[in-house]
Amino acid sequence: MTDVFMPRLSDTMTEGAIAQWLKSEGDTVKRGDVIAEIETDKAVMDLEAYEGGVLEKILVQPGENVAIGAPIAVIGDGSGAGSSDGAGDAAAAPSAEPEAAPAEAADEEAPTGEAAAPAEAAEAGEAPAETAQAKPAETAQTPADESEAPAASGSKIKATPLVRSLARTHGIDLATVTGSGPSGRIVRADIEQLIGSGSKPAAAPAAPTAPEPQAAPAAASAAPVGTPQPDDEVVPMSQIRKVTARRLTEAALVPVFQLTSVVDASRLTEVRRDINTRLADAGVKVSVNDLIVRAVAVALALHPEANASFGGDAILQHKHVNVGVAVALDDGLVVPVVKDADKKSVTAIGAEVKDLATRARAGRLKLDEMSGGTISVSNLGMFGVDQFTAVINPPEAIIVAVGGTADEAVVVDGEVKIRPRTRLTITVDHRVLDGAGAAAFLKDLTDLLTEPLRILV
Amino acid sequence: MAENADKQAASAPEITYRQALHDTLRSEMLRDENVFLLGEEIGKFEGSYKITAGMLKEFGPERVRDTPIAEEGFVGAAIGAAMLGMRPVVEIMTLNFSLIAIDQIVNHAAKIYGMFGGQTSVPMVIRTPGGGGQQLAATHSQNIEAWYASVPGLKVLAPSTPADAKAMLTAAIRDDDPVLLLENLSLYNTKGVVPEGEQVAEFGKAKVIVPGTDITVVSYSRAAVIAADVAQRLKPQGISVEVVDLCSLRPLDRETVCRSVMKTGKAVVLEDDWLTYGIGAEIAASIQEGAFDYLDAPVRRVAAAEIPLPYAKSLEKIALPDADALIRVINEQLDATRFAR
Repeated sequence: MTDVFMPRLSDTMTEGAIAQWLKSEGDTVKRGDVIAEIETDKAVMDLEAYEGGVLEKILVQPGENVAIGAPIAVIGDGSGAGSSDGAGDAAAAPSAEPEAAPAEAADEEAPTGEAAAPAEAAEAGEAPAETAQAKPAETAQTPADESEAPAASGSKIKATPLVRSLARTHGIDLATVTGSGPSGRIVRADIEQLIGSGSKPAAAPAAPTAPEPQAAPAAASAAPVGTPQPDDEVVPMSQIRKVTARRLTEAALVPVFQLTSVVDASRLTEVRRDINTRLADAGVKVSVNDLIVRAVAVALALHPEANASFGGDAILQHKHVNVGVAVALDDGLVVPVVKDADKKSVTAIGAEVKDLATRARAGRLKLDEMSGGTISVSNLGMFGVDQFTAVINPPEAIIVAVGGTADEAVVVDGEVKIRPRTRLTITVDHRVLDGAGAAAFLKDLTDLLTEPLRILV
Repeated sequence: MAENADKQAASAPEITYRQALHDTLRSEMLRDENVFLLGEEIGKFEGSYKITAGMLKEFGPERVRDTPIAEEGFVGAAIGAAMLGMRPVVEIMTLNFSLIAIDQIVNHAAKIYGMFGGQTSVPMVIRTPGGGGQQLAATHSQNIEAWYASVPGLKVLAPSTPADAKAMLTAAIRDDDPVLLLENLSLYNTKGVVPEGEQVAEFGKAKVIVPGTDITVVSYSRAAVIAADVAQRLKPQGISVEVVDLCSLRPLDRETVCRSVMKTGKAVVLEDDWLTYGIGAEIAASIQEGAFDYLDAPVRRVAAAEIPLPYAKSLEKIALPDADALIRVINEQLDATRFAR
């Protein structure tokens, strides 16, 4: 008898929804069968059964959101004696005998609970492994992520497990207890006094030991939100919209500056036309955006100092040039990543971007296809935008905003001429790069697009 | 078995750990003619530690076989004999020399039952003394029991008293699978009451050898004797130490350990082995898994210094854990949990 839990499928995921069940109650499932599609904050992903058996019970209906670790179904032998009490395989743990202790521990520490039952952790090994691989790219480098940690007020209280257990039983608020153990840890002796005296400090109005109010650290995330008016329509946010909103709020904490430069796109348009005319028979078709993605990659490879992230007390210089390409969806924004774009041909990049964008719109990107970017490109040229600034995509240090190409009257060699021109604006993380360094990158990028033969070889 | 021991305590005489082992070997050989002994110098010389004194004379060279100095060879021979229905009891002169035979023990004795789908088992016993404190220098003073205790297919026993030595050796000889019986050199001359008559220990059972309420000390073999002594010494100070003697390292009785920690809320592991990757680590992890909500302080470990054991007596003494080291850590644990003293 096994509970199936809402898996953690991405670093940023805190809850997930069932997009649809691919098996029905009563169906026999084999280990490895895809039993459901899970809508995470980033994509729709397959959920495989860790164990074979009969899908006895579906606990969460399609569209319903539940936290990571919450039971969503029960797989059993078909007898219908479902467990779903969260203990799951805990009985398989070597020390299961001491009553319910292991299960309780799992409850309390929900996200890490799996570790309490070694057998189960080993079984579940496949799914978490995926997350672990994707991790280095995001977690360590996202300073904004860290600001979330202090928000939870309970996490600061040092108390032994025994004390936490006693506090639960007796309804004592540990925030009101002074710890006498090492570094202020609350130990049994501290709390037994309270239990013994019969007073519950939770109710006491002004416990002298109450810690400082927690308001300060929480403020960082308190961006103003709107109050609904009577005639407002309240549209629930999709998971992707939610994560887009959160990521952009995080980006607001990054100190940035913008630089703009204009590219004479004459050669770029010519080269593109040439490729598409002469290689049409071979089925080759490249877009301006493909050439720009390639140029950004080549330029970034020339500037390792810009292929970097802010790492707290160090700069993290990346070994690979991975270009994220912003793709607008109906309900949010995703940035699939072309890995090692400096080592790929324009046509290879073109094919990859097309595939990624198509699958992004279908919500079918894999997690690793959306992580590990070291720079991003956002192109609104096709919407008739001349010039704009893009919001940085942390932890990347640069995002390139590409406007449309339009004929302009410019002075060339003392004469007014008509030239197609494109405006590029880079938004730069000032902690990683200063103006001069960013300008050097932008100049090389502009030069490459002015003379695009250099990006074709 | 413990109750039995108490009942007979008044009438039974005190004998040494060494004598208990000798008597048990003898009575098992008298009981079952398939039981035979082999090892270096166990016959004519009557054993390096005289456990087998008089055996050659009584049972003859067929059943008390002196072997060459070739541990891999005679352990392998014992495995073969066991597979054919004999019940060999091998003496390896010291645990350190078992390393020569480790392939036979780990790769063959432990695995044959499983590898051949249960068609044959290996009912053999390896008795071997280990431990430091005898000025035998680094290569003759090790406690590498954790290496064997981590191997599925082996049973690893470590009696700390003469009575346990008798009951565990009896159980080991009668068991159908390979059993390592770890003796400790410094225990051979310790005395205790050994109940007369047949005593057969149950595998995988730890014992609370001193009951207490304030802190649990988990230990085994020589270290359990120290722990029991410390518990008695701290009693007058009003500190109630519960001592759990593991007795069996594999299978390991996590239940008794966790139950004790649930009562006291605090635990220290005392072992003669090196600190890292040892029995103490296994116990600490087991307590974490089984009694997390009952812990009032992190589990502590007291073990030998992480060095090859020195020959010099003074250095050897400070490298091995002793009562003082244990008392120090117990006090730290009690201070950390504001135990009123």
